[in-house]
Amino acid sequence: MNEQHPSRSDGAILRVEGLHKSYGDNHVLRGVSMQMRRGETVVVIGPSGTGKSTLLRCINQLSVPDRGRVWLGDREITCKKQNINCLRAEIGFVFQNFNLFTHLTALANVRIGPMKVKGLKKAAATELAMDELARVGLSDKADAYPAELSGGQQQRVSIARALAMSPQLMLFDEPTSALDPELIGEVLDVMVSLAKEGMTMLVVSHEMGFARSVSDSIIFMEGGVILEQGPPEEFFTAPKEERTRVFLSKITELYGE
Amino acid sequence: MGFFAFAWSILPDLLHATRMTLWITSGSIVLGFLVGIFLALGRVYGPRPIRWLTGGYIQFFRGTPLLVQLLVVYYGLPPYLASLGIQISPLAAAIIGLGLNSAAYQAEYFRGAVQSIQSGQMMAARSVGLSRVRAIRYVILPQALRLVIPSWSNELIYSIKYSSLAYFVSLTELTFVGKKIALHTARTFETYVVVAAIYLVIVLIVSRLLWMLEQRARIPGLGVPTEHR
Ligand SMILES: Nc1ncnc2c1ncn2[C@@H]1O[C@H](COP(=O)(O)OP(=O)(O)OP(=O)(O)O)[C@@H](O)[C@H]1O
Ligand SMILES: [Mg+2]
Repeated sequence: MNEQHPSRSDGAILRVEGLHKSYGDNHVLRGVSMQMRRGETVVVIGPSGTGKSTLLRCINQLSVPDRGRVWLGDREITCKKQNINCLRAEIGFVFQNFNLFTHLTALANVRIGPMKVKGLKKAAATELAMDELARVGLSDKADAYPAELSGGQQQRVSIARALAMSPQLMLFDEPTSALDPELIGEVLDVMVSLAKEGMTMLVVSHEMGFARSVSDSIIFMEGGVILEQGPPEEFFTAPKEERTRVFLSKITELYGE
Repeated sequence: MGFFAFAWSILPDLLHATRMTLWITSGSIVLGFLVGIFLALGRVYGPRPIRWLTGGYIQFFRGTPLLVQLLVVYYGLPPYLASLGIQISPLAAAIIGLGLNSAAYQAEYFRGAVQSIQSGQMMAARSVGLSRVRAIRYVILPQALRLVIPSWSNELIYSIKYSSLAYFVSLTELTFVGKKIALHTARTFETYVVVAAIYLVIVLIVSRLLWMLEQRARIPGLGVPTEHR
């Protein structure tokens, strides 16, 4: 793709260059390069085990890549001298299985970052957290513990938890694939409105409706590399790679249009 | 003198000695708690040399008799500390001996609790920008401490009973005073029945308190198997 060798200074918010990651003998990422502009929504698709989650985790260093570099704006995340906690605080991460803090209420889950990372006073952090809960439509669940919430509600709290840090970039790792079908919509609605508000989002998802209507660009990953990337119209109607075509037809079979 | 009159007559002395028992127990359990948490965290999160050291500590204290450890601390530590100009009382020596031992057992309970927490909790904590230390403090430990209450209760009850070993280092705790009374009055059996009853009452009260603590600290979905998913 024309994005394989991103140049320095065209205002990219996220830049990934030549990322490699192995787990033992398993060479998972084999040179991934990409970039995103501020406000863009990029959807990543690809077969299971191809390294999509690994890519997201390498971007905010939850897994440390073996080789390659990642920049957030003009700061290099992969640089050893950077305070990784500060940079991570600017990158929201939404997990497939929510990973809400089990011992904390919805409100406390959202509040913990602003309080313990940003050092906000409790009152200010509470106000902020309540705003974020309102944004995902869960003001009335502030005092509920994760186990008392449905999967869809838990995922919306986890989005609020990420938003409370005012991130520059949000990473979503299959945010709806652990959910019962009837709960997927409420999470996608939140994501759609985030995209509309101009949040920069990198989303691993096989929700083709979301990809089609919201994304600016779609990435197809296979075997640890990006095989193809393009805007959704092009990507769905005229995929360049045979592998992409095969995968898309499988996906449509599995999930419907 | 009937049993109850006899029991009544020795009760004041025994209750007085019970205070010493409670001091020894609470001192050693608190010391064991503090040291135990650091041992457990070192064992789970530490770099290899720390994991190795903490593992060795735990193996050593679980693999040698408590009484021997106590005697080593009691006879070995004070002269050594005295050479550094520090005086410690027999009570302090007993608390240190029993506490260091308790730490090894408590560490294993804490480690089990920490390791039973899903790895996603740590990952999520790091993803909001918490450092490892803060993630442990605000996310891992609050959960682990709740999860550990039932097994930790056992350790506390053991340490109430093990405090009687301080008798060997001549602290006037419950068992020691019981033995003196038994010799003195020649009513051995009855004396020890009263002593046992006092231990039992302490254990029952402590169990009840721990149960209340467990109820208070309970959080839906933590510790009990979750019904959904
Ligand atoms: N922490 C880890 N330790 C060892 N191997 C891992 C680890 N994480 C991922 N892997 C391996 O790396 C490969 C890629 O995993 P990854 O989760 O990134 O794939 P994915 O594209 O997200 O797949 P899925 O669609 O199933 O989520 C898999 O073979 C997986 O077993
Ligand atoms: Mg994945």
